[in-house]
Amino acid sequence: MTVVLQISGLGKTYKSGHKALSDVDLSINKGEIFALLGPNGAGKTTMISIVCGIVTASAGTVTVGGHDHAQGYRAARSMIGLVPQELHTDAFETVLATVSFSRGLFGKPKNPAFIEQLLKDLSLWDKRDSKIMELSGGMKRRVMIAKALSHEPEILFLDEPTAGVDVELRRDMWNMVRSLRERGVTIILTTHYIEEAEEMADRVGVITGGRLILVEQKDELIKKLGRKTLTLNLAEQLEAVPAELADWKLELAGDGHELVYEFDSQAEATGVPSLLRRMTDIGVAFKDLHTRQSSLEDIFVGLVHGGGDEE
Amino acid sequence: MTANWRGVRAIYAFEMARFGRTFWTSLMLPVITTALYFVVFGSAIGSRMTEVGDVPYGAFIVPGLMMLTMFTESISNASFGIYMPKWTGTIYEMLSAPLSPLETVIAYVGAAATKSVVIGAIIFATAHLFVDVQVAHPLLMAAFMILMAVTFCLFGFIIGIWAQSFEQLQVIPLLVVYPLTFLGGAFYSLDMLPAAWRTVTLFNPVVYLISGFRWTFFGKGDVGIEVSMGAVAFFLALCLGVIFWVFRTGYRLKN
Repeated sequence: MTVVLQISGLGKTYKSGHKALSDVDLSINKGEIFALLGPNGAGKTTMISIVCGIVTASAGTVTVGGHDHAQGYRAARSMIGLVPQELHTDAFETVLATVSFSRGLFGKPKNPAFIEQLLKDLSLWDKRDSKIMELSGGMKRRVMIAKALSHEPEILFLDEPTAGVDVELRRDMWNMVRSLRERGVTIILTTHYIEEAEEMADRVGVITGGRLILVEQKDELIKKLGRKTLTLNLAEQLEAVPAELADWKLELAGDGHELVYEFDSQAEATGVPSLLRRMTDIGVAFKDLHTRQSSLEDIFVGLVHGGGDEE
Repeated sequence: MTANWRGVRAIYAFEMARFGRTFWTSLMLPVITTALYFVVFGSAIGSRMTEVGDVPYGAFIVPGLMMLTMFTESISNASFGIYMPKWTGTIYEMLSAPLSPLETVIAYVGAAATKSVVIGAIIFATAHLFVDVQVAHPLLMAAFMILMAVTFCLFGFIIGIWAQSFEQLQVIPLLVVYPLTFLGGAFYSLDMLPAAWRTVTLFNPVVYLISGFRWTFFGKGDVGIEVSMGAVAFFLALCLGVIFWVFRTGYRLKN
């Protein structure tokens, strides 16, 4: 795999003394979808802004497609498209003008056919002559995406792309991300919607308090850190967990109608068969049972609240 | 990669389109202002003033009037041009574009200076409706106009970067540049002042600029043309230096 973006030892301390990023190392492979997860204020936007040249790093280096992003900024920035979190637009410009402007700004020759197709893909073609201030929030978001894609970047940054976006646009955006990936575009998105990362990303990074605390293949992560829970619906209500079952560290739920057992699905002995045997032995009957695999969200909450907080 | 001229052109065209949207106001304003000045200064007061040196008063005020409007227009257009993206947030795109600081300045200042020169030319043309103005050194006059437009647009660009509110954007042009220009001999010759005031006035940098421009019209000014040229060069270098520093440090552009 080719590394298209290499971040080494990246740090940022703002003038106020706020340490937004510390010692971040990250390699992004060509053509992958990478999701950067983290709570608000974790440093996601700072990291993206440094790579794109909007914020100056205090420490570390960034290499984009082999070009140092400070020394070889022209080559580096030409490869990058950025959709920022906020809707920054020129109110009086038309959609077509503003998207064409972006292409020119990035030094690409005019290509009306490409721009037309881009606007059609984003359902903006009918609005091409509308002033941006006349558009809805969702439409403005589409304009921002069109601007970012207007110069055919090889790397696309989507900073909180679906924050405050309706279901239809979110679905369109996911489809667009997938089709961009098919064309070989590398996509880095930040989000705090975990379902988004779960749905789309190949790899996931978790950032909190300015530190990248984990980078992992999404599937591996779910497998490795994922826990399963077994819920048993009891035939009769229990006052407390029977002493005979103390070894399994069960929890009583649903007003004494449920026993919940959390286990590591990757372990040699999950403890499930033995638990069920022991329950039969001591005469605790159950009507039904189900297991649930923990989602990325559970993992994320566990990671961020379990020691990652250094602010 | 070589220079990104397409990027420069995109910003230049964007700025010119912005002026284009207010084309008629941009055009009418200098015409009306010039006409008003000629009615008041030229006809009403000027009829009692007759000549300054051996130049009729009506003609005498033409270079000053052009400079006065070009200074304020240059500063307000250039400062607004760079302040707006900062204010709306669209500056993110300029900062993330493969564009060098010099290219950004060329684009913004080039567009604003173009507008200033056009306005200067309109005033010049309008003045001809009222008085007979002869230009002794037309080429120098054009060069001076362009140089002044560029210099004050650079100055405006700096103000636009420095300003953090619309109020700050207005403060320097209204409270500093306008009075300095007015008192810088736009409508009178320094010879008409008492000796003490003449000395004070020589501390006003704008005196040297207006005097130089007037020299290109009538072959004489309040100070020598060499002094004026030196002042222009100094001011231009100063603005370029500040802009170089702004981009080096990212002052009020980048965190």
